[in-house]
Amino acid sequence: MSDTALPQTAPPPAPAREETPLRRFVRSFFEDRVAVFGLGLFALIVLLALAAPLIAPQNPYDLSAVDVMDSRLPPGEVSGEGFTMWLGSDGVGRDLLSGILYGLRISLTVGAFSGILAAAIGMAVGLIAAYAGGRTESAIMRLVDLQLSLPSVLVALILVAGLGKGVDKIIIALVLVQWAYYARTVRGTALVERRKEYVEAAQSLGLSHARTVFRHILPNCLAPVIVIVTVQTAHAISLEATLSFLGVGLPQTEPSLGVLIANGFQYMLSGSYWISVFPGLALLLTIVSINLVGDRLRDVLNPRLEK
Amino acid sequence: MKPFSVTGLKALGLAAIAMPVLAVTAPAQELKVGISAELSAMDPHYHNLTPNNMVSRHIYETLVGQDEKQRLVPRLAESWKAIDDTTWEFKLRKGVTFHDGSPFTADDVIATLQRAPNVPKSPSSFSAYVRGKELSKVDDHTIRIKTAQPAPLVPTDMSVVAIIPAKCKDSTTEDFNLGKCATGGTGPYKQAEYVAGDRVVLTANENYWGGKEPWSKVTFRVMTSAPTRVAALLAGDVDVIEHVPTADVARLKGDAKLEVFSTVSNRVIYFHMDHFREVSPFITAKNGSEIKNPLRNLKVRQALSMAINRPGIVDRIMEKEAIPAGQLLPDVFFGTSKNLPPVKFDLAGAKKLLAEAGYPDGFKMKLHGTNGRYLNDTKIIEAVAQMFSRLGIETEVETLPAANFFSRASQGGAGNTPEFSFILVGWGAGTGESSDSLKALLATFDPKKGMGATNRGRYSNPDFDAKLDEALRTVDDAKRDLALAAAMEIGMKDVGLIPTHYQLNTWAARKGFKVLPRTDEYTLAMGIRKE
Amino acid sequence: MIAFILRRLAQSAFVVAAMLVIVFFGVNVVGDPIWMLVSPEMDQQQIAETARAFGLDRPIWEQFLIFLKNAAQGDLGRSFIHGESAIKLILDRMPATLELAFVALFMAILIGLPLGLYAGLKPESRISRMIMAISILGFSLPTFWVGLMLILTFAVSLGWLPATGRGPTVSILGIETSLLSLQGWKHVTLPALNLALLKISLVIRLARAGAREAALMDYVKFARAKGLSQSRIIGVHILKNIMIPIVTVLGLEFGSLVAFSVVTETIFAWPGMGRLLLEAITRLDRPVIVAYVMVVVVLFVVINLLVDLVYSALDPRVRLTEATS
Repeated sequence: MSDTALPQTAPPPAPAREETPLRRFVRSFFEDRVAVFGLGLFALIVLLALAAPLIAPQNPYDLSAVDVMDSRLPPGEVSGEGFTMWLGSDGVGRDLLSGILYGLRISLTVGAFSGILAAAIGMAVGLIAAYAGGRTESAIMRLVDLQLSLPSVLVALILVAGLGKGVDKIIIALVLVQWAYYARTVRGTALVERRKEYVEAAQSLGLSHARTVFRHILPNCLAPVIVIVTVQTAHAISLEATLSFLGVGLPQTEPSLGVLIANGFQYMLSGSYWISVFPGLALLLTIVSINLVGDRLRDVLNPRLEK
Repeated sequence: MKPFSVTGLKALGLAAIAMPVLAVTAPAQELKVGISAELSAMDPHYHNLTPNNMVSRHIYETLVGQDEKQRLVPRLAESWKAIDDTTWEFKLRKGVTFHDGSPFTADDVIATLQRAPNVPKSPSSFSAYVRGKELSKVDDHTIRIKTAQPAPLVPTDMSVVAIIPAKCKDSTTEDFNLGKCATGGTGPYKQAEYVAGDRVVLTANENYWGGKEPWSKVTFRVMTSAPTRVAALLAGDVDVIEHVPTADVARLKGDAKLEVFSTVSNRVIYFHMDHFREVSPFITAKNGSEIKNPLRNLKVRQALSMAINRPGIVDRIMEKEAIPAGQLLPDVFFGTSKNLPPVKFDLAGAKKLLAEAGYPDGFKMKLHGTNGRYLNDTKIIEAVAQMFSRLGIETEVETLPAANFFSRASQGGAGNTPEFSFILVGWGAGTGESSDSLKALLATFDPKKGMGATNRGRYSNPDFDAKLDEALRTVDDAKRDLALAAAMEIGMKDVGLIPTHYQLNTWAARKGFKVLPRTDEYTLAMGIRKE
Repeated sequence: MIAFILRRLAQSAFVVAAMLVIVFFGVNVVGDPIWMLVSPEMDQQQIAETARAFGLDRPIWEQFLIFLKNAAQGDLGRSFIHGESAIKLILDRMPATLELAFVALFMAILIGLPLGLYAGLKPESRISRMIMAISILGFSLPTFWVGLMLILTFAVSLGWLPATGRGPTVSILGIETSLLSLQGWKHVTLPALNLALLKISLVIRLARAGAREAALMDYVKFARAKGLSQSRIIGVHILKNIMIPIVTVLGLEFGSLVAFSVVTETIFAWPGMGRLLLEAITRLDRPVIVAYVMVVVVLFVVINLLVDLVYSALDPRVRLTEATS
């Protein structure tokens, strides 16, 4: 990714010959302290998610480990099994700390897979549309219209009915809902880029279409795409929560952060604030860290911001 | 106020009767109510749907009324009696007028009963209440209803169908929506405005035969999201809300500016299970291999019922806004048994029964249910899955949107049979007695006789069917009560289904507003008074 | 130009047709609508009669053919639940949703553009960093959660604004609107803000990215060197450069604001077509779902057409593709 994303035009001679593009990318990324903090936070979150089975006091997906008699315990109370629920428990007696740790795994998986897949599909389709023009472009763009007009609730409901509930199904639903956004935006930017001199130059040099598109047009379209990727990945995670809220999201017995928040929604007015607030905070931290990294990536990867 | 106290109810009931007299002198008052579901039309015969019926009760009246506990009371009919096993006579109230002043007579009843079952494209028709009834007019204020079979439920049926003026018998549903039936009804309120999906505005009928209501204007606003209703009440957008979410009841009770009113409802939450398949699709041995359907063994059913901690569910999930259930209706209702307390939670006993039945190591089962159709449905099903896991049954849970669930639970299996093995569902007894529940849920599935229509476990027991059949043909109230109770006992002792709890119906209001809580979930302005 | 528009419309007819097939058969995958219609008290015979009355007893392809036949005569069907023409139901509730979407879009631009420009032109300043950090909040929490928080804060705790519903409406030139009274604005503020949050963040980000790039472009540097005023540089050169992505995205976002305000309308009890859609989906009111999606397709097609036309106006380098091929 970083290789192809580097600017092709006018590579600066300085500072030294042995600096590879990758190294220069890493160096300029780490120049920004906030981004480094974001990366650290994100790494920590990923680590916690991976280590969940080792550090969580309870397996929140094991129905025989969760006891409804422990439900709605405030933070710090001791469960019937004898361990302390530092963040309290939810409406069916699940330890929230364990729920959040395991939920992070699902939410990160959902966000990452749906974000990357939707971006990849959308970008490829958008670039092809812009570069090919004519019938191909018309056909692709009408497909985009079609996709954008389908309500996400309906798409999710049909998928739930047809395939059942599950992490893979929700990823499919989110990719289906989101790829068209990328396609539309990339095409818009690529149309402008296509007209630029360097594309004509590349074509007159006899470079292949694929090479022209992916080595030359794509890098120049990346800035707006990365804006959307970071925003939409974050949005995918909260959209998953919304779909769960509407009853067409993930299974209740294997909650993601979104499901935890959606379940806690009904307790927001009741005083059992922790059921919704702690998963919400976890989601917020995750998304902030992704975006701090994303914002910096966009600046570093954008060839036009090179000084 | 306590969740359900008979004395409290009585006091309220008396207060509600006493209050209109005081209120007549009060200045014009407005009442704003947040309701939980959208109406589909203002035509009282278009759709047999709770919000439709609820609003229509203000504008139109029925021959027989249902009080707050769904006991039958005189309304447009002053009295009724069975002349013989197949004939009922209704004496109509004299001096009642429609909103435009025209008098109410037997012709209006006849016109109504002609229109009600024949509204075109009705999604859920009232024909069930009118079918098989032959009407004759004795005089302007006396009618007779004749049936082919003994029909003890004729007065109950007449408590469901709203009487419209004969002049409007050809009005379309759209006419009613637009308020084009200018004659109106006989009810205490007139239709002033209907904005589909948003609100219904009613104004008081100055000439109501029962005395003018204290509210000069009543607005029902649709708020489908439960926390939104609570917030709207807290923010002062509305004066009264219905269906208070269980999670918020405790907080609202603690708020000095608010009051909470509740009563037991006619709705039972229960599990239906597969009685009819030799091998049930969502039950296997723990290693995944096919086994014979264990739910056909009475001991297994008893064990499952004993493994459910009902007080636990009521306390931890329903937040005390429910009552553990031992049959299909609370025993304050007609046709219920006094000998069916909720099955006691006894895990050791349940394990023993399961072992005796030949499943010492349990089996694997998947529970299905809705998400969001019944109060806390997903949480209840998850809690029960926890309880079954402790019994040694490896339990999985799948909750589905109602649109998908009911289709599959009714006809998703081979040959249009119910698809699932073990489901959580609910049932509200709209008639306020048990015959409907028994007929629909436990009677042997028989499309020709119209029995067991909602029997999604296909439970079938000839003893039960015989007893129920006897009850349905008994016109004498006391005898029918006993027969229904006996049928109920057969079905419950055989664990035809597993009831868990009865819901409470809960309203919240701003201080000073008194709500008379009803078992049928209806929110009626007639039951709301200001101190 | 005319040929371009005509061709676009012809293509869109295919989109509409494809959509019909997807939605019609998709709803069938979810379940048989009959079970969401009949009251539980009905027996088997009555259920069968009701199914017959709605044609739901026929095989799905036959239902589809009947639908096509009626659609060809301009009849998209009646709502199973409301018994009224599905299109009429949607159009009745459309003004409320359009109103909400317009106000939300207006908020997104009014709040997002200046903040984004500022953050882009002074990327290192503390305020810029604050803006960017806060803008993350806009899309990281689910709409339903933020919506209830807004109600709790501004309606319940502070009591500044009403929690739910739409203000009184008046009819101007046949269009129902609640925006002509203070009461109406009070009602629309919270739901519109809730709907706009994601869009505000998006506009801030797009504007910042565009402004940062533009500030480093030769023509802007040149304009600075020539001594043009800062406001003119921003107003003419930078804005022009960042308008393309913003127009694209906002064009789409307006469509999605209108089409998918489902959650916001539910939380704020706003009587728009989003709630109608949600009700129709949860109760499998197929004619309403089909008609709704048709209306939205047309809306998107028109918006995309407009976006493409605006493109070519903003940037002459962009050709109207279909016209040249």
